[in-house]
Amino acid sequence: MNLVATTKVAIRALLSNKLRSFLTTLGIIVGVGAFIAMVAIGEGAKAQVEEAFKQMGTNLLVVLPGSSQSGGVRGGFGSQPTMTWDDLDAIRTQVPSVRSAAPQLKKSQQLVSEDQNWSTQVIGTTPEFFQIRSWTVVYGQLFGQPELDGGAKVVVLGQTVVEKLFGKRANPVGQAVRINNVPFTVVGVLVRKGQSPFGQDYDDTAIIPASTFAAKIQGGLSKFLSGEILVSTASSDSTARAQQQISDLLRQRHRLAAGVKDDFKIGNLADIANARQDSSKALTILLASIAAVSLLVGGIGIMNIMIVSVGERTREIGVRMAVGAKSRHILAQFLVEALTLSVMGGLLGVALGLLVAQRISIRFGWPTLVRPDIIAISVGFSAAIGIVFGLYPARKASRLNPIDALRYE
Amino acid sequence: MPIIELADITKRYEMGDVTVHALRGVSLDVDAGDFMAIMGASGSGKSTLMNIIGCLDRPTSGQYVLADREVSRLDSDELAEIRNHLIGFVFQSFNLLRRTSALDNVELPLIYADVTARERRRRAQIALERVGLAARLDHHPSQLSGGQQQRVAIARAIVTEPKIIVADEPTGNLDSRTSIEIIALFQELGRSGITVILVTHEPDIAEHASRVVVIKDGSVRSDERRSPVPAVVPPLEESA
Repeated sequence: MNLVATTKVAIRALLSNKLRSFLTTLGIIVGVGAFIAMVAIGEGAKAQVEEAFKQMGTNLLVVLPGSSQSGGVRGGFGSQPTMTWDDLDAIRTQVPSVRSAAPQLKKSQQLVSEDQNWSTQVIGTTPEFFQIRSWTVVYGQLFGQPELDGGAKVVVLGQTVVEKLFGKRANPVGQAVRINNVPFTVVGVLVRKGQSPFGQDYDDTAIIPASTFAAKIQGGLSKFLSGEILVSTASSDSTARAQQQISDLLRQRHRLAAGVKDDFKIGNLADIANARQDSSKALTILLASIAAVSLLVGGIGIMNIMIVSVGERTREIGVRMAVGAKSRHILAQFLVEALTLSVMGGLLGVALGLLVAQRISIRFGWPTLVRPDIIAISVGFSAAIGIVFGLYPARKASRLNPIDALRYE
Repeated sequence: MPIIELADITKRYEMGDVTVHALRGVSLDVDAGDFMAIMGASGSGKSTLMNIIGCLDRPTSGQYVLADREVSRLDSDELAEIRNHLIGFVFQSFNLLRRTSALDNVELPLIYADVTARERRRRAQIALERVGLAARLDHHPSQLSGGQQQRVAIARAIVTEPKIIVADEPTGNLDSRTSIEIIALFQELGRSGITVILVTHEPDIAEHASRVVVIKDGSVRSDERRSPVPAVVPPLEESA
């Protein structure tokens, strides 16, 4: 009795009870479907995050000013200006692994064009910023050192801001926008960058020289740098070293004794990426548990229906034994039947999962990524469920006594 | 030349604290090609004797030599192989597989004998022709009359060319006219050299047998030869 013949018998037995077979495999279908959809979404999100981090700039460190502490009330990092413009210069000149550094002063402002207005994040910075973020223009040009030195009222706009103020695909270079009631000339439009890993729109921004920012948008203590410092390192290998060196330098410059906490914080994109991955891991674990529970329930469903089937077909088992079936033939028959059920469920589940992933992709615009090895794993896992949960009923069948089985009513 | 040699066969069952003596020392030789009826009331032990002769069960003690082989101590897989090669079964309720054609039903024993699909088909066809169902090969049991179903079951029993056929009340579910036809079929099989063991409690069925053995309380009560062992000796037998 070979496997092909056994499989044929099993398929015939399952087809004689089509509805029951389908309902039995439902658990497996849902489990595998959930698994496929979950992995497709997860992988898609991961690929998107990786792409987005690439967009954010390579080898990037962010130095945030420290938290304030007065009378027991503590603010968050950045609530107290502890870094100075001299710190920025020191980072630029004294840390060898730093390629360039730029301040990033931020304030939300209403931008007004001739007939539209739009609230956006205005960034005051230096020309190095564009290099660190590897950001170029589609129209016009970036501002440079002369504009910074002269406190020129020039602005480089992101695509979203252009769209809101001037319309789609407009070229506003040379036109005026008012920021905080000060007229600025648009000198350039930035290349579209898309979304950050946290859903923030990179293109919803207006970038002006840091000197102009301090003079016209947010005056501050001239000595202190009331924002963060972006640092790009020479290579990705040197990021950790640069982080340590900047930390040492700032501690020394701020005269912090050993044991005193840092009054600044250096953020590393790798850390942010890890945090992001941790949160998506939690979601993945949740979905995986749903898939696991469905598969377990599906497996129990298969075991249940196989036990029923063995009961119903006790006489058939008796006849087969009487005409010469050995216990391993009966075992194989019911095992193959359970296996066929679960693999069919697995294949239908894969189809369902692909469909759901595709629908989600279309409906919500999330990217999905389906890997062939995941499909193979799902089908293989369904097969394993069939064997594990089919074993008990199949053994039960194979151990029947032919006399009792033949006499069974 | 006996094909079945039973020597002092006993069978005991433990039912909780009670020990049931189903067979209390049965000795019986059956010649090849004989048509033997086993009679007895229910509880007499005739079913137990039939199960042991059919290698569905093992005796508690005693020897059973079937076609020159001692089979009373074989394990269940070895017994399955003996049943597959040497024994055909016919049951009162036919026991055909539902939703399965006559041909597929008859092929069943050959599947477990590792016969190729084409050869299975050929032999199943021959067997069905032999029982007069050449025109019903693709019919399912539900499309056949009781007599026809029992013919399919007999075809299934003879498809492996067994030495003996064990028939358990084969006419119990049939009307008297069909019963005669089925018995005639068994007699014909006997003439071709197959040994037929017919278990029944109906005397008018038993009287068609060449030999009638009556079992009572686990022992042979009477053993009566009605007619001589059919003369035809199967070609496979070395000595006549």
